[in-house]
Amino acid sequence: MNWTGFDTWIVVIGALCAAACALPGCFLVLRKMSMMGDAISHAVLPGLAIAFLITGTRASVTMFIGAAIAGVLTALFTQWITRFGNVDRGAAMGIVFTTLFAIGLLLIRQAADHVDLDPGCVLYGAIELTPLDTISLGGFAIPRAALVNGIVLLLNLGIIGLLYKELKLSSFDPDLADTLGYSSQFLHYLLMTMVAVTTVAAFESVGSIIVIAMLIVPPATALLLTHDLFRMLLISVAAAILAAVTGHIGALIVPGWFGFESTTTSGMIALASGLIFTVAWLFGPYEGIITKWRREGAIVPEPEPITNNTTT
Amino acid sequence: MPELSEIVEVLLLQNYNTRLVVLSTTLLGIAAGLVGSFLLLRKRSLMGDALSHATLPGVAIAFAVMVALGGTGKSLPGLLLGATLSGIAGVATMLVIRHTTRLRDDVAMGFVLSVFFGVGVASLRMVQSMPGASAAGLESFIYGKTASMVHADFLIIAVVATLASLTCLIFLKEFLILCFDDGFAASQGWPTLFLDILLLTLVTAVTVIGLQSVGLILVIAFLITPPTAARFWTQRLVPMLFIAALIGGVSGWLGASLSALTPQLPAGAVIVIVAAVLFLISMLFAPVRGVIPRWVRQRRLRRKVDRQHLLRAAYEILEVEAGEGPVVNEPFPLTALLAKRSWSPLQLRRILRIARREDHLETAAPGLIRLSESGFGEASRATRNHRLWETYLIQYADIAPSHVDRDADMVEHILGAKLVRQLETYLSDHDLALPVPPSPHPLEPSARA
Repeated sequence: MNWTGFDTWIVVIGALCAAACALPGCFLVLRKMSMMGDAISHAVLPGLAIAFLITGTRASVTMFIGAAIAGVLTALFTQWITRFGNVDRGAAMGIVFTTLFAIGLLLIRQAADHVDLDPGCVLYGAIELTPLDTISLGGFAIPRAALVNGIVLLLNLGIIGLLYKELKLSSFDPDLADTLGYSSQFLHYLLMTMVAVTTVAAFESVGSIIVIAMLIVPPATALLLTHDLFRMLLISVAAAILAAVTGHIGALIVPGWFGFESTTTSGMIALASGLIFTVAWLFGPYEGIITKWRREGAIVPEPEPITNNTTT
Repeated sequence: MPELSEIVEVLLLQNYNTRLVVLSTTLLGIAAGLVGSFLLLRKRSLMGDALSHATLPGVAIAFAVMVALGGTGKSLPGLLLGATLSGIAGVATMLVIRHTTRLRDDVAMGFVLSVFFGVGVASLRMVQSMPGASAAGLESFIYGKTASMVHADFLIIAVVATLASLTCLIFLKEFLILCFDDGFAASQGWPTLFLDILLLTLVTAVTVIGLQSVGLILVIAFLITPPTAARFWTQRLVPMLFIAALIGGVSGWLGASLSALTPQLPAGAVIVIVAAVLFLISMLFAPVRGVIPRWVRQRRLRRKVDRQHLLRAAYEILEVEAGEGPVVNEPFPLTALLAKRSWSPLQLRRILRIARREDHLETAAPGLIRLSESGFGEASRATRNHRLWETYLIQYADIAPSHVDRDADMVEHILGAKLVRQLETYLSDHDLALPVPPSPHPLEPSARA
């Protein structure tokens, strides 16, 4: 293995992005909206297309704004269809994102003659290339992706830190939150905006696979290990960072085992997070399959009942 | 613009080039509509999404195996087999997570989607560097284009879609019980796990053939949009299944035809948009559960409730004023009415305006109102229903007379003529069959405020 400064940056960027996604991901998982990341990853297409058609450039700022608006609209439309149409949220999400994606495809096709806008490039940003695109900050050359994902991480940390109690309350009992005067509606849209901005910022820099995986898998891992929201947030961030580090190392090592040359870091990060999940699933202290199996075999008194405050 | 004859030719499947495409998307739409209905009822609509992403590792591995065996790696049956196997592995993972942890369906689906997709992308990149084979375009090969469909593809789609539809119909009763109450089904001895696996196998089959022929997004939309649209038209499962199949079929047929007429529009996207338009129409206008009809019904009920409240309040004011004597229709001040219920002045003005339009009220003088002939009759009827119901509740539901007013208030508006007659017979023993029985509790003085 040949580790360079490049690899360090890739791991740092991956870890920043993974942590930034895992934080709002915890709330998505608790609110039964895990598929939102995937939905947004498809639904941003018309936003990108319209931003391009209006400005005529592929400047990342306008594209970012277009995509973020499309992401928020996905959440908004899903919520409307769920509420007014009395439709299952998963179905509403599916309808919204497939329709938006189809509109995006048509828009791109209409402008295809003079546009270099490949739907594929929207979904597959490449984390391997991020260290090349640097900006100077206080004399240091820092990859732009590190800066973007770092800012997003700080924003998410800030919002969750400020509104921890409110988000917790509205995730577990939105009606109680409403009666206590915390608008669960507002918190929902705030969270959705957070998810949309995080997702879009991360897509643009590192690709959609990491984002979709990091929104779901580390929080799911944490949910298997704890029943406490604060610990869940900590564990999911730790799992996300671990996945980013091991994923990139895996991307360097694993292809060699099968006689291949190289693979993608983002795919391997998703795989690493899946493996971490599997370990938690098998060996988790309370509910791990093997742990339970061994506990049933041994004659031990039942463990203390766990305060079950994460199941709704 | 295409000529009219051209449009007719495409829509009626007379054009050979488009016939295969239109027919196969229609069949696929029907099959997906049926299968998707069960998914919707099990709240697993996004299963198609998860599954279609989960096929990717299978494609890459099948390609690698075929190249290693000396082929080109781009044999369609081989790739489809790989995709199916890896889809099944994804479904199995989902079910295992669902049954061994307390994570819910959406998390299990999201997990399978992201991890399998990640593995797929990673292994695709690996096999692309295999010596002796070009994997370029492998992805678009499996996530194909409708327009390039050949006869063999059509046969696969037609056979699989028909088989999936038939299986749905054969196992209709079993799937129905599984969707509505799987706990009950299990307790009655149905093999719920087997049925669940069968259903997910059907989903996998539809997804894989759909992916190859019409693309990822279309399959996901096909499994979700028609059933959700159909749900607005009916409250019963069997009609819903057929409506879903119809909507799926129509969007496949119409979308593919439109796309055939305007070559620069990709069929998958047009079909998705046609289905979305049908969904929007259903959501807004479907008479059973549509948003607008429901809103109209609620508004009508609200008006009826308001009217009855107003008339009864007016009648009770007149009753108090009449004292022991017979109730006569006289003008009374607006303020008395306002004190009667927790109306805001604005609300009351709106209710009065509607009542005036319905000829139940006439303004006697400024600040004074008077019931019209029909309004007085309606008022005594509303009050009578209220009293009958109150007396019934006191007699048979053991509710204290001091509390009965509120309880009766909530139910009396939906008392039908038949129920009122029943109440009359029940209560005739109690010597209460008067035109309007007296209130069983003291009426609050109208000048309380």
